[in-house]
This record gives sequence, C-alpha cells and structure tokens, in this order.
Amino acid sequence: MSRKLRFSAGRVWAMLLRYLYLLRSSWPRTLELLYWPTLQMLIWGFMSQFLYSNSSYVFRAFGVLLAAVMLWDVLFRGQLGLSMSFLEEMWARNLGHLFVTPLRPYEWVVSLLSMSMIRVLLGIVPAALLAIPLYHYSIFSMGLPLLAFFAVLLIMGWALGLAICGLILRQGMGAEGLAWTVVFTLSPISAVYYPVSTLPGWLQHAAWALPSTYVFEGMRVVLFTGVFRADYLVTALVLDIFYIGLGAAVFFVAFHNARRRGALLQMGE
Amino acid sequence: MVPLAVKVDNLVKRYPTAVAVDGISFSVARGVTAALLGGNGAGKTTTLSILLGLLLPTSGKVEVLGADMLRHRYRVLSRMNFSSPFVDLPHRLTVRQNLLIYARLYGLPERRERIENLSRDLQITEFLERPAGKLSAGQKTRVALAKALLNEPELLLLDEPTASLDPDTGDWVRRYLEEWRARTGATILMASHNMSEVERLCSEVLMMKEGRIVDRGSPRALIHRYGRTNLEEVFLHIAREPRIELEAVK
Repeated sequence: MSRKLRFSAGRVWAMLLRYLYLLRSSWPRTLELLYWPTLQMLIWGFMSQFLYSNSSYVFRAFGVLLAAVMLWDVLFRGQLGLSMSFLEEMWARNLGHLFVTPLRPYEWVVSLLSMSMIRVLLGIVPAALLAIPLYHYSIFSMGLPLLAFFAVLLIMGWALGLAICGLILRQGMGAEGLAWTVVFTLSPISAVYYPVSTLPGWLQHAAWALPSTYVFEGMRVVLFTGVFRADYLVTALVLDIFYIGLGAAVFFVAFHNARRRGALLQMGE
Repeated sequence: MVPLAVKVDNLVKRYPTAVAVDGISFSVARGVTAALLGGNGAGKTTTLSILLGLLLPTSGKVEVLGADMLRHRYRVLSRMNFSSPFVDLPHRLTVRQNLLIYARLYGLPERRERIENLSRDLQITEFLERPAGKLSAGQKTRVALAKALLNEPELLLLDEPTASLDPDTGDWVRRYLEEWRARTGATILMASHNMSEVERLCSEVLMMKEGRIVDRGSPRALIHRYGRTNLEEVFLHIAREPRIELEAVK
C-alpha cells in the first residue's frame, strides 16, 4: 500500500513556501533574478539596433537576437532555478530533516520544478516588458508559438537541472559548479544566435538531438516568415519527454544511492 | 506481550571500507526511554539513521511502530520524529517559518495554534521571528525540539540531545523530555555520550562497541553487573576492555 504514489499537494506547497520564504528573506537574491536577464536584454538590444542599420539579414527581423537571448535565458534560468533550490537544501544540510517527514522525493522534485518556473518568470518577464519601451520590440508578438517555445525550453532546463542535481547527490558538493556551467556547453550547438546550418555537418547531428535547437530554428522561421513549424514543436516535445525521463532517472537513482551511502544526513558544505 | 516501538533483527550496515553496524538485534518497548550508548564510531548514529529511513541497511529487518521501515516507512514517518544538535534547521528562515513548513510537511491541522502552544512550552516565543541561524546553542536545541514534537510523535529519536549545552540548559531539556514522555506515553530512543543523562532518563541501555551491542539492561543492572558505581565507569570499562566484543545478552 505504501508503495502507491501518494502525492500530497500540501507537502509540495510546504516546500514551495520554504523557497519563497528564502527568496523573500534576501532582496539581493531577488534582484539578481532580474539583473542578468535585463542586462543581457540591454546588451543584445543595442547590438540588434546596431546590426539593424548594417545588415540585411537582421533587417528582416529586428527581434531575432533579442528573442534568442530571452529564450536562451528560459533554458538557463529553468535549469539554474531548479538547481539553486536544490542547492539551498545542500547548503543548509537540510535533507536529514526533510526526509524524516512524510515528504516523498517526487514531491520535492515537483516543488523544485514549480520554484524553477517562478524564478524564470520573475527573471524573464520584467526584461521582456522593458524591451517594449526601449526597442519597440515585444517578444509577446510571437503569440502562441512563444508559449510552446517557453514550455519546450523550460522542460529541457528541468531535465538538465535534475541530472545535475543527481550528479551533485552522487559526487557531493565538489560538483556544485556544474549547476552554473553545464548548460553553456549546449549553447554553441543549440544554434541560439545562428542557423544550425552554420555548424559543421557532424555537429549538426548532435544539434538536432537537442530540443533547444528546434526552438531556436523554429523561432527564426516564425520571425522571418511568420510560419510556425509544428513538426519542430512535436519533435522537440518528444525529445523533451526523453530527456526529462532521463534526468528524473538520474536524480532518483542518485537519491536512492545517497540513502544507501548515508549521504542524506551528511550532505552539505 | 509488550507492544514494541522498535524491533531490529540482525541489522548490518557495511560500507566498502568499514562495517558500521554488525548484526545487531534489539527491541524497545512502547512508552519507555532507551539509549544507545557507545564511543565514537560505535554505530549509534548509523542505527538511528536506519531507523529513520535515511540510510538503507546492507541486511536485516527493522520494524518501527509495527511497520517494516524498509518497505513501508511512509506508514509511520508521520508518527515519529527526530532531533539532533548536529543537524540545524535552515538558518535564513525564521523559527516560525521553519516550524510552519514542518507542520505543513506533517500535514498538521491548526498549525499556528500548535506552534504557539509548543513555543510557550519550550520558551521560544520571544525568538519566533528571529532567523534560525542567529540563535544560541541552547535556543537552537529548544527550537529543534519544537520541530521534533510538532507532530506529537509516538517515537522520538534523539541524537545527543544535550550536546554542547551548558549544564543549566542541558538540565532544562532533560527535565522537559522527562515530563513530555510521562505526559504523552511516547517512546524515546536516544544516542548519547552523556552518562548522567542516560542514567536519569533511560530505563533501558544498549551498550554498543564497534558496530555491535555488547551489553544491555537498565542503568542500575549494568552498574551492578560490572561492579561499578555509575554508568560512566561501566562505559569506560567496556570501551577499554578488548575482550568485550560479542553481544552479551539477547
């Protein structure tokens, strides 16, 4: 009977509340959520303005770089938001307290995913809104495809975040740097700022194995032609399902191994 | 037959380089205060961690409040709790926020009222709004105890409950635990190095050495058996006597 999944929204809310209290307790952390996306948007916005008057490619769709920057941040912040909430428990050495309560590991994961989404929205939305008066560009003009791109990238960020958290559970806090670095190895092959055809042939195969590539290619198609490539979306979602399954498997196996090794009580700085 | 709070059968925890728990068996009746006593590395904390479900054993059986902890721990986790001065509550949250979160994790009704009552009992009301990281050792211990008693546990596991406390605060905590157990009829199992604490609180002592239980009994029976005047002398005798290796009493 106890092996049945007994999901409790109350326990998920308890964990979410914990992360919200943390966020509220430190205004520099909240400010940091807004700071980087806004700074990125400003840099790439001015860059776009410069290119706008010097390049026919960008002339055709002024927002292509800005949209790429903001969408890339969805992936990055999605992964980082999950990893940061996870790391808060590591830094506080709190796993020993949490997992003697009825909290299930999957409920914890749901709270980490929810907090990741909150952090992404807190970071990205103000930057996107600020771009409207500054550059007369609204990423929201993409309409529904934007929601699809957002979902694909957020899920991919979660998949990556879960795998990274699993590695930290396995390797200990020495691996915490992965939370800030791994995602950037995917940036060059996700074709964020240039078409995937720019990559060498052998690397294009790797690029098409990533959901993010379909988003950035799809985004350029929408911005240049106004056409939404549903086939890109479907492929990206299928890949997302595969990767989130893989990320969750890495996390839960690492969690089980941490219980075997006694790391839940010792894990921390 | 006496109802049991804890029943451990041939429990083994083996790591690649060491054996932390080496085939121990014991039981703790409901409503008593028992102690795992032993030096550093004796296997006390490992045993507590397995009882809490935080650590998986290599082999053996563990039943807590009638449930198999290896297969059905979620049946009983809401009926037990744990406190240790070595595992702080998150520092940046206030005491009240911490307690509220744990009350929610245990799915407790009337959370605020429960926290107010416990805070009064444990004299932590005045620092409920203070970050947990800014408390003194004595205050932290009382807050940790409040967290551990939030769900009115039937089984309370304590790891060195008065470690690093001054004598006055230590005495206060021991008195509170005595009164709480008498009032609720709950079971307490503690790991401790503090012999006078164990003599005062516990009716059953399990002496551990190198992952094994080498003797057991009431503090008085152990003192008598070894011809000593207090439990500390018994502890030192067992710790320094190389021939005491095997479980003496089943």
